[in-house]
Amino acid sequence: MKSRYSVFSLLRNAASYHENWPQAWRSAEPKQRYDVVIVGGGGHGLATAYYLAKNHGITNVAVVERGWLGGGNTGRNTTIVRSNYLWDQSAALYEHALKLWEGLSQDLNYNVMFSQRGVLNLAHNQHDLREVSRRVNANRLNGIDSEILSAAEVKEMVPIIDLRAGGRYPVLGASLQRRGGTARHDAVAWGYARAADALGVDIIQECPVNGFRIEGGRVTGVETGKGLIEAGKVGVVTAGHSSVMADMAGFRLPVQSLPLQALVSEPVKPVIDTVVMSGAVHAYISQSDKGELVIGAGVDSYIGYGQRGSLPVTEETLAAICELFPLFRRMRMLRQWGGIVDVCPDASPILSKTPVEGLYFNCGWGTGGFKATPGSGWVFAHTIARDEPHDLNAAFSLDRFRSGFLIDEHGAAAVAH
Amino acid sequence: MLLIPCPYCGLRSETEFSNGGEAHIVRPENPEALSDAEWAEFVFLRDNPKGVLLERWNHAQGCRRWFNVARDTVTYEILAVYPMGAAPPALDRRRVV
Repeated sequence: MKSRYSVFSLLRNAASYHENWPQAWRSAEPKQRYDVVIVGGGGHGLATAYYLAKNHGITNVAVVERGWLGGGNTGRNTTIVRSNYLWDQSAALYEHALKLWEGLSQDLNYNVMFSQRGVLNLAHNQHDLREVSRRVNANRLNGIDSEILSAAEVKEMVPIIDLRAGGRYPVLGASLQRRGGTARHDAVAWGYARAADALGVDIIQECPVNGFRIEGGRVTGVETGKGLIEAGKVGVVTAGHSSVMADMAGFRLPVQSLPLQALVSEPVKPVIDTVVMSGAVHAYISQSDKGELVIGAGVDSYIGYGQRGSLPVTEETLAAICELFPLFRRMRMLRQWGGIVDVCPDASPILSKTPVEGLYFNCGWGTGGFKATPGSGWVFAHTIARDEPHDLNAAFSLDRFRSGFLIDEHGAAAVAH
Repeated sequence: MLLIPCPYCGLRSETEFSNGGEAHIVRPENPEALSDAEWAEFVFLRDNPKGVLLERWNHAQGCRRWFNVARDTVTYEILAVYPMGAAPPALDRRRVV
């Protein structure tokens, strides 16, 4: 059992100049067989492994990751957490995640720096205003905190905003979820990895998956760069590469992989203490604890696996940011990058059994998976352990594209796609 | 940023174009005879390769004409441009894992 992180361990390690901190998780080599193999060592995959061990007592679990932990979309998002989704099914799933976020640092004994600084979704025209009130009312009926702000109230909360926005993106009001906020994305991967490892989960990095061994319609193993790993069940949580994985397993997924990009600026003194999102113009902004402005943009309009993003998308987002926050016009951007997101036709995720027995997919989170990390792991672990979906993800099955019971969160999720 | 060779106007910036998704999808002749699964296949399932993709583009802010493109989704290299209705040219349909 690992030593717990606490103020006492901090003091103890300070005495030895922080040179003797124990390893946070073991670097495991694969065993011959596991009860469950999770493909993908991002936040969702590690959370799944953790809840398999914690909630279902399944500890003979491996997480295989092609690169390093949290090197994909977990380390590439804009760290925003909220649950103000329109439809009942989404609201229930994301709200479950938000409730887990609220106790996550204590649960994992790892500071994920969850900061409930509030999330604003701006309305720029009359239609946006109506959409905001519809969504806020839907949220409140689902027991999710949500309120409508007038333009003056937005200005009071975010003094640096220009309500006229150069006449191009005037701010008429906003929705506000006060329990929303941000979290430290790397810490989420590391915290889940450490907690899962403590429960016996093997975390295997630099281990690409090249195929599945399927016998009689049932998955029996995973072909990896470190050899064949036999598995009772396999959960695939590979975001932008989900189609590639499904291809290996012999079926198709209704997802498309698009680069979604983000940028950070040079660090400056505290200037914005909340999260401002404008779904209509694809501009999301918050300030990290280091002082960098974290800016999220939209997706490219065409399929791509390059983790860069297209320049016109960057330009469009920064143009909107400069109109909304004229004082940022002379800011310099430090870094820009892209992550490959898998977008479903209805912009809702797939947490589902598949045509292959014992093989489960957790994908299709599109542009908004980070906020759902704990909830996603929770319900996916249940789906794998019980071989049937949790009440919260029953509606998010692969079958909905055949039955037509889509959960259409395009635009309704407070973000235009 | 892509530079897309419109077969009618020449090389132009991607901001002039709109992407039309996967090429060569034919609307079923007899929709009423299809099962729900077959209809879902037509409506929702699209090729999403890590490798060569055959897709449609429209030169929306130029000649407004449609054409097909073979593009590598990893390198973003445009390998071939060919007219609507034509069969795709012989290409190495490479896929990366």
